[in-house]
Amino acid sequence: MSYATEIRGPLVLGNKKLSQVSEDIISPIDSRPGKWWFIAMFVASLMLVYGAYALYITLTVGIGTWNVNNSVAWGWDIINFVWWIGIGHAGTAFSIFLLLLRQTWRTSINRAAEAMTVAAVICAALFPLIHMGRPWLFFYIAPYPNTRGPLWVNYNSPLFWDFMAISAYLLISASFWYLGMIPDFATIRDKTSSRIKKMVYGILSFGWTGSSREWIRYESVGFVLGGIAAVLVVSVHSIVSTDFASSVIPGWHTTLFPPYFVVGAIFSGFAMVMTLMILIRKIYKFQDYVTYGHLDAIARILVFVSLIMGTAYLTEIFLAWYSGNEYEGFLLFRSRITGPYAYEFWAMFICNALIPQLFWSKRIRNNLTLAFIISLFINVGMWYERFNIIVTSLSRTYLPSVWVSYHPTYIEVGLYLGTMGLFSTFVLLFFRFVPMIAIHEVKSVLKHNEREHGMGELKNGDQ
Amino acid sequence: MSGGKKYYQHIRELEPGGFVRKNEAATEMKAKADILTLLDGSLTGPASRRSFLKLAGFSTVLATVLNSCEKPIHKAIPYLIKPEEITPGLSENFATSFFDGEEFCSVIVKSRDGRPIKIEGNPGSALSKGGTSARVQASVLGLYDNDRYHTPLKNGKEISWASADDEIRNKLNEIREKGGRIVLLSSTVISPSANSIIRDFLSAFPSASHITYDTASCNGILLANEKSFGIRAIPSYHFDKAELIVSFDADFLGNWISPTEFISQYASVKKLKDNHDKMVRHVQFETGMSITGSNADTRFPIKPSEEKSILISLLNAIGGRKAENAEPLSDNVAGLADELSRSHGKSLVVSGSNDPEIQLIVNRINHLLGNYGKTLDLGRPVYLRKGIDADILNLVDEMNKGSIDALLIVNTNPVYHYPESEKFVSGLKATALSVSLSVSPDETSALCGYVCPGNHYLESWGDAQPAQNHFGLQQPLINPVFSTRQWEESLLRWTGNTTGIQDYLKKFWESNLFPRQQNKRRFYDFWVTALQGGIFETELSGSGHPDMNDTGEISVHEKQEGIELHLYQSVAMATGRHANNPWLQELPDPVTKAVWENYASVSPRFAADNGLEDFDVIKINDTIALPVLIQPGQAYGTISVALGYGRMDTGNVANGMGVNVFPLATIAPGHIGLSRSGVTFSRQGQKHTVARSQVYAEMQGRPIVRETTLEEYRKNPESGNELHREIEKKGVTLYDKPKYDGFHWGLSVDLNSCTGCGACIIACQSENNIPVVGKTEVSKFRIMHWIRIDRYYAGNPDQPDVVHQPVMCMHCDNAPCENVCPVSATPHNNEGLNQVAYTRCIGTKYCINNCPYKVRKFNWFQYAKNPKFDYNGNSDLGRLVLNPDVTVRERGVVEKCSFCSQRIQEKKLKAKLDNRVLNGQEVQPACVQACPAKALVFGDLNNSENTVTRNTGNERNYYLLEELHTLPSVGYLTKIRNRNT
Repeated sequence: MSYATEIRGPLVLGNKKLSQVSEDIISPIDSRPGKWWFIAMFVASLMLVYGAYALYITLTVGIGTWNVNNSVAWGWDIINFVWWIGIGHAGTAFSIFLLLLRQTWRTSINRAAEAMTVAAVICAALFPLIHMGRPWLFFYIAPYPNTRGPLWVNYNSPLFWDFMAISAYLLISASFWYLGMIPDFATIRDKTSSRIKKMVYGILSFGWTGSSREWIRYESVGFVLGGIAAVLVVSVHSIVSTDFASSVIPGWHTTLFPPYFVVGAIFSGFAMVMTLMILIRKIYKFQDYVTYGHLDAIARILVFVSLIMGTAYLTEIFLAWYSGNEYEGFLLFRSRITGPYAYEFWAMFICNALIPQLFWSKRIRNNLTLAFIISLFINVGMWYERFNIIVTSLSRTYLPSVWVSYHPTYIEVGLYLGTMGLFSTFVLLFFRFVPMIAIHEVKSVLKHNEREHGMGELKNGDQ
Repeated sequence: MSGGKKYYQHIRELEPGGFVRKNEAATEMKAKADILTLLDGSLTGPASRRSFLKLAGFSTVLATVLNSCEKPIHKAIPYLIKPEEITPGLSENFATSFFDGEEFCSVIVKSRDGRPIKIEGNPGSALSKGGTSARVQASVLGLYDNDRYHTPLKNGKEISWASADDEIRNKLNEIREKGGRIVLLSSTVISPSANSIIRDFLSAFPSASHITYDTASCNGILLANEKSFGIRAIPSYHFDKAELIVSFDADFLGNWISPTEFISQYASVKKLKDNHDKMVRHVQFETGMSITGSNADTRFPIKPSEEKSILISLLNAIGGRKAENAEPLSDNVAGLADELSRSHGKSLVVSGSNDPEIQLIVNRINHLLGNYGKTLDLGRPVYLRKGIDADILNLVDEMNKGSIDALLIVNTNPVYHYPESEKFVSGLKATALSVSLSVSPDETSALCGYVCPGNHYLESWGDAQPAQNHFGLQQPLINPVFSTRQWEESLLRWTGNTTGIQDYLKKFWESNLFPRQQNKRRFYDFWVTALQGGIFETELSGSGHPDMNDTGEISVHEKQEGIELHLYQSVAMATGRHANNPWLQELPDPVTKAVWENYASVSPRFAADNGLEDFDVIKINDTIALPVLIQPGQAYGTISVALGYGRMDTGNVANGMGVNVFPLATIAPGHIGLSRSGVTFSRQGQKHTVARSQVYAEMQGRPIVRETTLEEYRKNPESGNELHREIEKKGVTLYDKPKYDGFHWGLSVDLNSCTGCGACIIACQSENNIPVVGKTEVSKFRIMHWIRIDRYYAGNPDQPDVVHQPVMCMHCDNAPCENVCPVSATPHNNEGLNQVAYTRCIGTKYCINNCPYKVRKFNWFQYAKNPKFDYNGNSDLGRLVLNPDVTVRERGVVEKCSFCSQRIQEKKLKAKLDNRVLNGQEVQPACVQACPAKALVFGDLNNSENTVTRNTGNERNYYLLEELHTLPSVGYLTKIRNRNT
């Protein structure tokens, strides 16, 4: 059986029956994971332990154990924060924009993308917390009624907006992700033979019965949450960008930043989705669900976004020259393009603006190994982009007397590896305990195709 | 307690003692015992509901108490009876005199609750005019140095004063009886009363002699003046009366004779007053870039050996005695000779050389130029640095011959700084009785049989006579912290005199100084006035200016080949006397901005020719390894190294920091030379990073320091500062300029008179409890100073122009730091001050990033009470220097210059008590008060009478990065160079 849409052809391959879909997707949860899973988990835990050690040192001794200083006061901490939050964009962007635009091809991918979002945002949220000098007083940033006047937070500060935006985003994306899983948890509950699993998934599914009334309410909640989240996807990274754009520092003070950051975030997020989906497809042999068509669509988006990124980089350079601002000109031309940070600048430019152009070729798009490598390059490039913005700008500000170079300490590297470990652990647990593909949504695609094109008909042929 | 309750009738029954601290321990023990019985009762006995409730209640209370007491409570015990003159919380000020053997400064010491905490200059002093130097500012920390000697020692073991006195007196008497030689070796003693005590000592021990050994002596000047004028003295220099200053390696703004006095004089003729377009011109010939050279209008890098030949040519060009084989006259020297001749009687030529021959040439030049009696004056001799190098050279020879029986060492450390240290050590070993009267441990006292530790100057009575008609009094601010005794008093005891030093001093003043004045009839009045003011000045005695009587030949100059080494005194360390002072160790060198150690400075071209890079370790003369630092302005083919580092035996802070280069000094016939020719060096292939507070030194064409020449300035006072008017004109904003109804505090910095000496940095550190962070942290760019002095080079790296720019918080009226703080921890007050609420700060560091001036500093670690930062903040004694008016910041908060808001508050309260309006000018932040050049001016910008308001209205005024529209409250006056016209 094969079901095909008019434009994209079949969304699910392999002539699946409805029950087959459930079995295929739940089987990794029901069976014992392969050896690779334990090895991966071990490596992830090692990174996590290193990260925990770094965190312990950071909290007990102070952020003096990092190499940030009185000129470059933000370093790897904020680079990693922005990087993770960027990655955390794709899931929501993916599900919500495509949901609102009724793009049904998202169904095999959105679950994994959303899970990734939640993991990435949790990793991201760690950094603003520990980059504080006195993290135990972090609650000062929340506007709560108090007896000190009352003393309110500074509503003018982008960091406060940032705090609100990220917490809202984390809340909404986690709810949206969880909401999407409720019917699937019910499916697992119904299918599993283990009593413990039955109980756990029973609780997780909130007693879902699958009645029509439930489905109607379920879908409307989905749309409402989606509507809110769609705004947040744009606002979160715009607001993160105001941390920089609203400052007076050359290289930060740029009106281009909000769109540039949002697009950059979607770029890195989609690249991460691609990395992850290729892995899932390969490991769990989900090629019937995650088809070439899906990866092709992601690759097309990436090539388009990469053009926007390139345009943004060139606009920044052009404006640095055109504005005649000597400080910005110096930063762009004599610290980034040439100068002490040329390596980082060109790494960013090549990884983000040039390498993804390979996706113009259909052969490269359909070569999963190459696509996988390119998606990694994009994430490396996006890390360098944040390095460029944060470190190069701060180390070459107005007064040359305070110029200084910055390299991380092993503690800062440890924190970064730690969040990678946390992310990997989270993803591995997700592989193990949660349906990686939204079962009910895939089924809806099956049904949809059935009605429009009839069973067993082949319209666009095989890929 | 489970056996029944004990009822008490009075709360005192529970506390066996009274209100005394020692009983608290007993009370605590009792409380512990009670808790144990309570527990016992409930655990072993029948567990009644009552005991359960007791236990539950107790644990709830305990949990609450433990949770709410996060910090131990230190009790401050108030006075039971308030002493009449002390009001807790108010400071008292006492005038005294600072003299460390080299530098003299009249000071006023601020004392809080019985402990001195801050040094200020004495504005009544005709010498320093209220200025101080970094070393004077830092001296208060020396008082609280835990590494000082705590008791007398005999062969390194503790001994009582009584037995030390007995033993030493007996030994001295024995030596006297057998006619052995006793030598009192000291650095220059300028105290008339101490000199009188020394005279008493010498007459009590006829075989004794007093030898003065100055580490950086004025041997050359003294001997040359003896030859030229017949008096062995240093003249008074009047840089303020000169229109043209030519200095040959005399670092008179850094370490030469009396730098604080000279900075004050120099700055007064560098300042451009309204409608006053006269300004001194300063030409400097020197090897390494010194602070003096960095302020010169024209500077010529020369090798040390070239000094003499240039001076000879200059002398010849001016028309003096021709010397044979003089170097051909260079254009520079010819032009200079011309300039000098034009400013007859208004010029001043000085040389820092120790060679009497060179000083003789300088004397002749000054004589020919008619400067004697005008810009330099032997009629008013200066009594600093009286040591003659030959004396110590002879002494070391005699010590090695074994002809010295007793050596008493006061305030000098030859084992460390005598060039042939091992000779001194062997001589010391051959001396039967060696007594050190040093204040703090040093390399010499470590080898002495007895150590009879002296007092810090803030614990001492004394006086000083820095110049013939100028006297200073010294009074103690505190009882000796340790079991120490003034060296003068020790000498008195050993002669058998039991008079106390205070009485001796008073008697000395009564019989010697009281008669020299007519104002006060009674000695008591005279004494009290002098003690309160700290200063006593009399008429000059003597017979006016001596005549020049010099007919000697000047020897032919021999040309030297090869690389030359030049040893200099750094502004922070000088001769290493205060090396154990962490504030000074962490004071960035005014020129190189390096801290905590010394290094070999080489010129950029020389480095390129020899393949040297910054931090390459080189070994000089195969003995001393040092990292290279490329220094613009260094003479080609020379290496400059700072003295004063590499202390080994003085204390935790200094030991092992840097390298001692005194062994590279030369012993020429008759004098100790601080330069050496024919030096070799070899690369060691290693790197050693020198921590610097500023790494990049070029302004990149940015309008950071604006400067012009005097000529341009005369044509247009606005020259060099055209940008200011343009920005004022074109600046557009949607918002009104903020208005302040009461005060609007502001500061003005005159870049023309700021010499970059760094006194403000230490003053600020002392006033505002700024922690020392150590070399590693400085190299990570985490130095905590609230005020820094940026130094930029411009032009040819071999002969660069240098500028010094003090940068502190600008207190912007449109501050970028304020609106980015998420928790409003850095608000603006209604007097234009940008404040930091430490308790509110959570340390996002966003304000640091967004400050264009980068003046905000972060507490990366817990700096106080942290063994990893083992400086004064980590010892109970060292923390006594803290200013109680200023919070000690904890880990994780941002701090920065507050314009000394505690001082503003203090003056406001004072004015309120006096029921008057405060004149903003009365407030002086620590940096402003300390500045010997008066380059910083503070006041109320709303008061048009205040100097700061006049300065900010001056054509020369501009604001740093004013194009950002941050509206700073700190204005800068352009720098003006007096080029050759």
